[in-house]
Amino acid sequence: MDDFPYLTTLVMLPAVGAAAVTLVPGSREKAVKAVGLLFALAAAVVAVAVLIEFDTGRGSFQLVSEHSWIKAWGISWKLGVDGISLFLVLLSALLFPIAIAGPEVHRDPKGYVAWMLLLEAGCLGVFLALDLFLFFLFWEVVLVPMYFLIGGWGYERRVYAALKFFLYTMLGSALMLVAILALVFLHQSATDTLTFDLVALGRDQSLAENTARWLFLAFAASFAIKVPVFPLHTWLPDAHTEAPTGGSVILAGVLLKLGTYGFVRFGLYLFPEAVVDLAPLFLTLGVIGIIYGALVAIVQHDLKRLVAYSSVAHLGFIVLGIFGLSSQGLQGGVLQMVNHGISTGALFLLVGMIYERRHTREIAELGGIQKAAPVFAGVFMVVMLSSIGLPGLNGFVGEFLVLVGTFVTHRWWAVVATAGVILAAIYLLWAYQRVFHGQAEGANATFPEMTMREKVVMAPLVVLIVFLGVYPKPVLDRIGPSVSDLVRHVEERTDYRQPPVAAEPTHGSHDPALATEPAAGEHE
Amino acid sequence: MLDAVWLIPALPLAGFLILLVAGRRLGDPLAGWLATTMVGAAFVATVLVFFELLGEDAEHRSVVHHLFEWIPVGGLQVEVGFLADPLSVTMALFVTGVGTLIHLYSIGYMHGDEGYHRYFVYLNLFAFSMLVLVLSSSFLFTFLGWEGVGACSYLLISFWFERRAAPAAGQKAFVTNRVGDFGFMVAMFLIFATFGTLEYTEVLEGAGLVPEVTVTAIVLLLFLGAIGKSAQLPLYVWLPDAMEGPTPVSALIHAATMVTAGVFLMVRVNPLLAEAPDAATLIAWVGVATAFFAATIACAQDDIKRVLAYSTISQLGYMFLAVGAGAYVAAVFHMVTHAFFKALLFLGAGSVMHGLHDEQDMKRMGGLKRWMPITSATFIVAWLAIAGVPPFSGFWSKDDILLNAWDKSTALWALGLVTALLTAYYMSRQVFLVFFGEERWRWAAAAGSVPERSGGAHGDFRPHESPWTMALPLVLLAALSFVGGGINLPFKGFHQLEGWLHPVVEHGLRELHLSGETKVGLAAAAIAASLLGLAVAAVVFLVRRRQDALQPAVLRKAWGVDALYSAVIETPGRLLSAFSAFVVDQKVIDGAVNGVAALVRAGGSRLRAVQSGYVRNYALAVASGAALVLGYVVVRGGG
Repeated sequence: MDDFPYLTTLVMLPAVGAAAVTLVPGSREKAVKAVGLLFALAAAVVAVAVLIEFDTGRGSFQLVSEHSWIKAWGISWKLGVDGISLFLVLLSALLFPIAIAGPEVHRDPKGYVAWMLLLEAGCLGVFLALDLFLFFLFWEVVLVPMYFLIGGWGYERRVYAALKFFLYTMLGSALMLVAILALVFLHQSATDTLTFDLVALGRDQSLAENTARWLFLAFAASFAIKVPVFPLHTWLPDAHTEAPTGGSVILAGVLLKLGTYGFVRFGLYLFPEAVVDLAPLFLTLGVIGIIYGALVAIVQHDLKRLVAYSSVAHLGFIVLGIFGLSSQGLQGGVLQMVNHGISTGALFLLVGMIYERRHTREIAELGGIQKAAPVFAGVFMVVMLSSIGLPGLNGFVGEFLVLVGTFVTHRWWAVVATAGVILAAIYLLWAYQRVFHGQAEGANATFPEMTMREKVVMAPLVVLIVFLGVYPKPVLDRIGPSVSDLVRHVEERTDYRQPPVAAEPTHGSHDPALATEPAAGEHE
Repeated sequence: MLDAVWLIPALPLAGFLILLVAGRRLGDPLAGWLATTMVGAAFVATVLVFFELLGEDAEHRSVVHHLFEWIPVGGLQVEVGFLADPLSVTMALFVTGVGTLIHLYSIGYMHGDEGYHRYFVYLNLFAFSMLVLVLSSSFLFTFLGWEGVGACSYLLISFWFERRAAPAAGQKAFVTNRVGDFGFMVAMFLIFATFGTLEYTEVLEGAGLVPEVTVTAIVLLLFLGAIGKSAQLPLYVWLPDAMEGPTPVSALIHAATMVTAGVFLMVRVNPLLAEAPDAATLIAWVGVATAFFAATIACAQDDIKRVLAYSTISQLGYMFLAVGAGAYVAAVFHMVTHAFFKALLFLGAGSVMHGLHDEQDMKRMGGLKRWMPITSATFIVAWLAIAGVPPFSGFWSKDDILLNAWDKSTALWALGLVTALLTAYYMSRQVFLVFFGEERWRWAAAAGSVPERSGGAHGDFRPHESPWTMALPLVLLAALSFVGGGINLPFKGFHQLEGWLHPVVEHGLRELHLSGETKVGLAAAAIAASLLGLAVAAVVFLVRRRQDALQPAVLRKAWGVDALYSAVIETPGRLLSAFSAFVVDQKVIDGAVNGVAALVRAGGSRLRAVQSGYVRNYALAVASGAALVLGYVVVRGGG
């Protein structure tokens, strides 16, 4: 065991960086960016160190650092990482340097970089916090920088979008705060210990079924807004479209995952019974999101808005996987959080590059770009195919696991969701055709090719897109034990059982007769 | 070598990677030669595997080799693995063999094209994907190849992306195929839920232990995938449009290899089909209906490539007819001979277009026999093969299918026979319009109507023969089209293909119970149908020279299916999409959100009085509120 406080360092580095950036004179733009990037990269290095230190075979929390904070209230600074949070941490550590260094920032880079770093600290904190109070604190910390990033560095309707984002998320937070407090006090009255410790709260529970359901719904409201789950999604296209490129990358890449992560970490863990009971509701909302998001995306004429709606569809898959409640579904869901961050993050970067060159995101004003910028078009193609879910690229692995995992427990939801795969091809290919194919006219004919800096920014994302599609095993091996533990946690506390076909490793001797009833594990 | 089966797809993959990095520098023609070499090497590797497999006992000709774990999650363990058995090696042989020839042909055909190296990047990626598809040891890894060839097909159809029609055609192909992929994916879910594995050998061994309804569902879902990939009713609409791609692509992807993937898949799962007789019957009917339907359309097309496209759809229908009739050997037999003669027809058409500056309208051709001797001679061989004239290869394989159809149902056979007549007719029509009769391209040239150009540039306006890189593949394919039937002749001791494939298909194979006389009679009927079709075309187009005869508008417009789909699917879909976006999303959902916000704002201005600005008042309000909620929850929860 290494005693170095990796996780505390990881959360603190960007926070300190944010402070450091404010000390650099604003007129020295290069220095501001350099300092910011330095701290973000330092955090990335620590995140990689966490990956190296991580014990692959273990499902429990690792590298836990715990310090009593407000003793009287049982609140502590407790951070820990497991297979479910590990890759979200790495994803954040990857995307933040990209969002800081990648896109052009047209005004006040100092404020931009400082807010970004504070945002990173908040996001990492959410993924690592094992204390409900601490979690809520980070959850709220995330809100403020994002509000200012959209409002300060966004496009025309930025103020409306920022306010909408803020109010929407605030509403969810308020409900969650009440639920957290209620949960803690109920736990205290049952066990005589006042604690905000997630593990303690999840381990010994004595909530009445009805109470648990209401508390879960309060949590769920907050998470569902963040994801966003249909019909709570309308803040997202506005926020995405109006946010600056870096903001969109983080919003899609990391922030939406706070919601899905919340469902897994807190929803399933604290309220297994409620989750099992309400799974059909959330599965249905997930499926609606998949189909509806894709349908709406098809007719968008703003490229960025189109990508934003594609997120609604993709996040629907993740919700599906989570509430599918099987090993494959959950692992696929967690993996898909990472995949979506990479692919959609990359898409937003590319759309940002188009905007930098053409000062428009209107699809109708673009066209024939492939001729002038074949490399740009090629990179866009790879990212697009990843988003469509082409096997061999990252998106497919997660999508397939989600669907197959949901199929073994909730067959018909998976079948309808699979139809969404057809729609994804329609909106993205059609957009690609209109932007890159055809005859280039006017400014499109002289569309500048990808610059060296842009290539450097895109390279890690493209490499990951291919790598995770061809060889996802190292990632799945690390997510696996934690997901198994979580499924077992649910099974121990409810009468839900995942179908044997999903659970046991079969090695050729599987008896088909045993598994002919795929719905065997379905609840009720 | 059997453990190195992975090398077969790996070679074109290496070619793809090299070309991706250095293709532009290699340029024209080196990039083409590199790509050709890689596929050629894959062919050599396949031949080695073939002979090694041949050296084994028939019962041991199935070798699985796992490379690495791909997606291991709980009960789902998917590996990147290869299955070398008679079926997969047969497929790999003609994929790499015909593939090499078409790569070679492309070196000349694509010469001078701006996207020369990009073309070969895609082509090698295609070869890799196709080989993964046929050599994979599991459904999921096959699906990777399946989608890979689909993506390459998309990229190559829209290769000339500056044109209007090409990207639209590419997109149509991709999306239509996705409908089929839906079936393939759900089939895999059901297979996993039922068998707990996606490995072919394990699933096929367990086929008999599963309820018939489940197997039927699996087969039909897989067949939906096959319908998309192999362009059968009702999802065939993408293939005619796919002719927007460069002609060698049409030959390789949309005639010889990729479109046969659906047939391959059905043959691969033949033990499942054996347990699902109703599904098999449906497959036979879809196949024969498609064969007939597409043949009628082919009779009335003017575009040299579109005739061939509908012909391909029709011939694929024959293969499904064979699959449905339980005649898997006949299906593979026809797949192989079809690969030879249809690739040859497309390459010949490409050669004609090359010589005529990308003219595709057969009515502006004619008399080319004199100007393009190699092209016309080889094309004529392919014509006789597809028309079913003995002893050319197509006769034997088609006859095999018709025999089996007769054995299953007379109606299937009759429709198959009529299709054979139509096939002979439309192919003869094509040959007579293109290579015989008046030299109508002279008028076209005089009128100055030069079609949109793309291929090699040439100054004069006289048809000319193509360079050797294009002519050599034509000659080799012509030889194969002539003697290809020899791999499975209906005489004692000549059933090589049947004996070779037997271990793979023995569970699903239907025994043929026909007397020798019946077989001869049926063959005679088939020959008569072919000759009749040929004779009609000869009279109309060769003797009377009536180019516009027998072209009803409804067939010209391909039965109006595209218009129908547009009206029934595309337009409502677009409306639904617009309704969701601009009414539901903007007005209803977001309207509600903004409405609530407006309501709150209105309420807020009334409540402004409460906002005294004193922090202590707020704190009091927040605290008492929280206390109220908490108190309620504690009381409820505790009690």
